[in-house]
Amino acid sequence: MPTNAYISHAPGYVDNEGPKIVTSRFPFDDSYTIERSLATGGYDGLKAALDRGPAEVAGVVKDAVLLGRGGAGFPAGIKWGFMPPVWPRYLVVNGDESEPGTYKDRLLMERDPHQLIEGCMITCYALGLNQCFLYARGEMPLAHERLAQALNDAYAAGYVGKNIMGTDVSIDIVLHWGAGAYIVGEETALIESLEGNRGMPRLKPPFFPAAKGLYMKPTIVNNVETLANVPWLMNNGAAAYKQYGSEKSPGTRMLAISGHVKRPGVYEVEQGVVTFRDLLYGENYAQGIRDDNGLKAFVPGGGSAPWFFEDQLDVPLEGSAAGPEGSMLGSGAIMVMDDTTDAVKAALRLVRFYARESCGKCTPCREGTAWEEKVLQRILDGHGRPNDIDLLLSIGDNISPGPYPVASHPEAGLTAVPFPPKQTTICPLGPSSVAPITSAIRRFRDEFEAKIPSAPQAADNLDISTTPAVGEHH
Amino acid sequence: MSRYTPSNLTLAKEIISRYPRPKSATIPLLHLAQEQDGYVANDAMEHIGELVGITPAEVRGTCTFYEMFKLHPVGTYLVNVCTNLSCQLLGGEELLHHAEKTLGIRPGGTTEDGMFTLEDVECIAACTEAPCLQVNYRHEYRLSLADFDALIADIRAGKRGDIPAHGTLGRTRQHITSDRLAGVETPEAGGTPAWFSSRQPAEEKA
Repeated sequence: MPTNAYISHAPGYVDNEGPKIVTSRFPFDDSYTIERSLATGGYDGLKAALDRGPAEVAGVVKDAVLLGRGGAGFPAGIKWGFMPPVWPRYLVVNGDESEPGTYKDRLLMERDPHQLIEGCMITCYALGLNQCFLYARGEMPLAHERLAQALNDAYAAGYVGKNIMGTDVSIDIVLHWGAGAYIVGEETALIESLEGNRGMPRLKPPFFPAAKGLYMKPTIVNNVETLANVPWLMNNGAAAYKQYGSEKSPGTRMLAISGHVKRPGVYEVEQGVVTFRDLLYGENYAQGIRDDNGLKAFVPGGGSAPWFFEDQLDVPLEGSAAGPEGSMLGSGAIMVMDDTTDAVKAALRLVRFYARESCGKCTPCREGTAWEEKVLQRILDGHGRPNDIDLLLSIGDNISPGPYPVASHPEAGLTAVPFPPKQTTICPLGPSSVAPITSAIRRFRDEFEAKIPSAPQAADNLDISTTPAVGEHH
Repeated sequence: MSRYTPSNLTLAKEIISRYPRPKSATIPLLHLAQEQDGYVANDAMEHIGELVGITPAEVRGTCTFYEMFKLHPVGTYLVNVCTNLSCQLLGGEELLHHAEKTLGIRPGGTTEDGMFTLEDVECIAACTEAPCLQVNYRHEYRLSLADFDALIADIRAGKRGDIPAHGTLGRTRQHITSDRLAGVETPEAGGTPAWFSSRQPAEEKA
């Protein structure tokens, strides 16, 4: 079995030498089959769960402090406890992974669908419900194929469906898939989408899914990676789980590190024990910046996270450590920019994503993200106006009022503003668009200023034909 | 054409039967329509509305929210080049511009022979394998400009039979036989599963 190496049949995954809780089958090239799953302990966790009462099973997950792996990092066991004693109730699996830089749920669905299905079944059992919807992102047909085959096999073998494993317990899992909308990764938008609607978020309160979710019934929405941890937990117990990771963040996380590093990859990493420096420069991880360039900045937790810099390299990889430092670990996506990167261009690229993906429900986000993009684009094109930097910050303040979370910069005497930001919108998409802007302006203001002309421009720069038409992005 | 064929109608009814409310099947049914015709036709939306009990306008309302649904015919192969940050840092934009030149179209355009439609897309969850793209949502990783041209040549030469025509997503479908189905209830009729009540400690029974 290779270690510390790329696995050719699972592009992106690097089998490093750390503990494997959710990627233990990845080294097998047939890891997605029911045969391989059963030969390596598949569905043992479900059997262990069925031998106990539902409350006891839920207790194991609660004791383990299994933190949600989708972005917010909320303990799954506590979330489960928010369900009122109302039936029917539903489990919805969030496999709509689309946060920029995030690449883990797709691997988990493609490489080990049975692990996820087993995690769903144990969770349904613990919560006392018999209908689970597995929502996979539309643009992942390989994941659909693997999950559909795995479900068909698991139904036939009696691990899902009527009277599972010869007991009186009956639970269905329905594979559902999206059609291309980032916002549907937000749990209330996901529910809207699953009801057949446009994927626009609902206001919380009153529409906390645990109380009023799918069809206005209690609904738990859990991320794919969160549920993939559950079978291991059932087999090994909460105490064993807590031997990995830190006290506040037990277990492992799958982290995708991409951009200007020598060995980009998806690594299963012990939470809170490994630091960003280890991950960026460690021999078992990304092995340093390409061409041995300097580090300019890195996005620590998906496109929505405020940027980190050299000063934050020693922050441990856990949400509770990243928050006070001004950002988040979010969806486990680290994007690294070396010192050749244009900060304005990088900020524009992320902002453009939010402008494209805004669902349009809330005015500050619908209007603000498009406006931010327009201003950044004209700065990059050399048509910036003298007050454009202030204008960008002002638009951001309308979406996300008050000091926006940002990392400290000791050299400049600046302290961190802790995560999360405030918001004038229903969901965090709008505020996410502010992250690259405030991060880039606060640290690289001179780059913005250098692009904004201080003198009248030559007539050829003012030729209206060179200005992109409305709606044309290229 | 454009309404479901008899075999797709059977499939559509099977999909609807898995949901507590028929409307939940709207998006899977739109995919099925797109798989049948290569795009979502007006007649298909009308048919879906009839099947799930909503108006054609409501179906269109849902349909137009999602990028994958095309309301007009597109190329047999949809080439989606990622230009989000991780790919941009490693040449995603150069790849897109090269694709424009090779195919002779701008993003959103279709080649005259109807073979290719080009799109620039947002993060497609292969960030460690940048720059990347999808052809009909099948990933291609770490492409050089020459790799791109080779890919297009292979497709034109019919060497990529692993990539189905636009509209087809997963080629394996979920199928639950009636004897294995736990059972679908409406949100109004559903109650506490009997197995749950009997397995909870007495004081915790709802």
